[in-house]
Amino acid sequence: MIRLVNLSKSFKKQSVLKDLNLSIPTGQTTVIIGRSGGGKSVLLKHIIGLFRPDEGEIWVDGQDLVRMNEKELYKVRRRFGMLFQEGALFDSMNVGENVAFPIREHKRLKGSEISKLVAEKLELVGLSGVEEKMPAELSGGMRKRVALARAMALDPDILLFDEPTTGLDPILTASIDRLIMDTQQRFKMTCVVISHDIQSVFRIAHNIALLYEGKIIVEGTPQVFQQSSDPIVREFLSPLCR
Amino acid sequence: MMLFKALAMTFVPPFRGRNVIKQMEFVGVKSLFIVVLTGVFSGMVLALQSYHGFRKFGGESLMGGIVALSLAREMGPVMTGLMVNARAGSAIAAEIGTMRVTEQIDALQIMAINPIHYLVVPRIWAGILMVPLLTAINILVGVIGGYFVGVILLGINSGVYMNKMVEMLELADLVQGLVKSIVFGLILTLVGCYKGYHTSGGAEGVGRATTEAVVISSVCILIGTYVLTSLLF
Repeated sequence: MIRLVNLSKSFKKQSVLKDLNLSIPTGQTTVIIGRSGGGKSVLLKHIIGLFRPDEGEIWVDGQDLVRMNEKELYKVRRRFGMLFQEGALFDSMNVGENVAFPIREHKRLKGSEISKLVAEKLELVGLSGVEEKMPAELSGGMRKRVALARAMALDPDILLFDEPTTGLDPILTASIDRLIMDTQQRFKMTCVVISHDIQSVFRIAHNIALLYEGKIIVEGTPQVFQQSSDPIVREFLSPLCR
Repeated sequence: MMLFKALAMTFVPPFRGRNVIKQMEFVGVKSLFIVVLTGVFSGMVLALQSYHGFRKFGGESLMGGIVALSLAREMGPVMTGLMVNARAGSAIAAEIGTMRVTEQIDALQIMAINPIHYLVVPRIWAGILMVPLLTAINILVGVIGGYFVGVILLGINSGVYMNKMVEMLELADLVQGLVKSIVFGLILTLVGCYKGYHTSGGAEGVGRATTEAVVISSVCILIGTYVLTSLLF
């Protein structure tokens, strides 16, 4: 279980998160929706300890990330994987080296064992045999798949997705959604997804949280959201009604 | 702060020998051509200028010594520092800056890899180790360039030229030049890493970080050479 308690964060004088509370259940997919520039990515980076809050607590399975020193944080982060909006693949490495990188850094395995693991992870995202390609040679969708393979390289318990379908066409969006659902169900991972795409949200979410003006104003299952009469929720769900 | 972190992390495993060698190749081997080129012409122009100056009071015979002394103490380390800064310092800032704005540095942190340990430490060591080597090469080719102008083109006696050079140049002069070059190697890699690491604002931010890195390092090298000269002599 991940719990964010009374979280506040400001950048210069701009308050981004204000006394935010959120519970993310283990083994389910929680999707955070909200306005562009509303602090969703900032929230995600707090969950993984990349940002320190001005106030509040971040609990991951009983451990408070805010009280941890850098060394302890790095230890906890080994339980996480994250898919960035643009993939964040290392452009000086090929696909195989990208996926192998966290394995090489954290596990003492022979070259052949690492290659086997890399091939397995790439097969999992439907991209077998692309080990030698450079990130610049890949399409947007392929880059995200490779980034997902890399995020899963150390078999994390918790996977974070920062707008995984932004900039993709509907067919690719659906395939990334399927990939998230399959991965979550197969490995019973805790997934936290940030998304703007309401159709995609309803496909993958077990729980939805709406971030509005620095706070989570509604939190619940997709059914709760669909039945909500809250005007802000209705506004966010309007693409579904078209 | 970054310097202290980087120095402290130098002794924290894993030791990234392959990374250090890769950076040494980038900072050192790939800067060799430009350093040799500027070294030759620095030596040649020094010889030409000092010849015209010394001729006024019949002191042409001092030329070999003056050229070697200027190169070893000042021109060699400063020219090498500025050239490596223009080539490698800017590239370091641009590369790390691009990694910052494309979230590759965040990705490193999420993989529980300390970016200072992975990105900064190898580059700083490459600067500290390779800039003195390049400086030594720069001084050597500068002396050869000076000899070419003085002896071959201007007709100064070869024996006199070499004799004055050996007589005036002391080991301490070379040591001073190499000490300076170690400091310059540290400055240009550290500033490049720092500016890259703290880049924000997309492609424009990367451009700004690169420019600032080159300007700040160049100014620091020029101020540093004065400070070090006054401290070392």
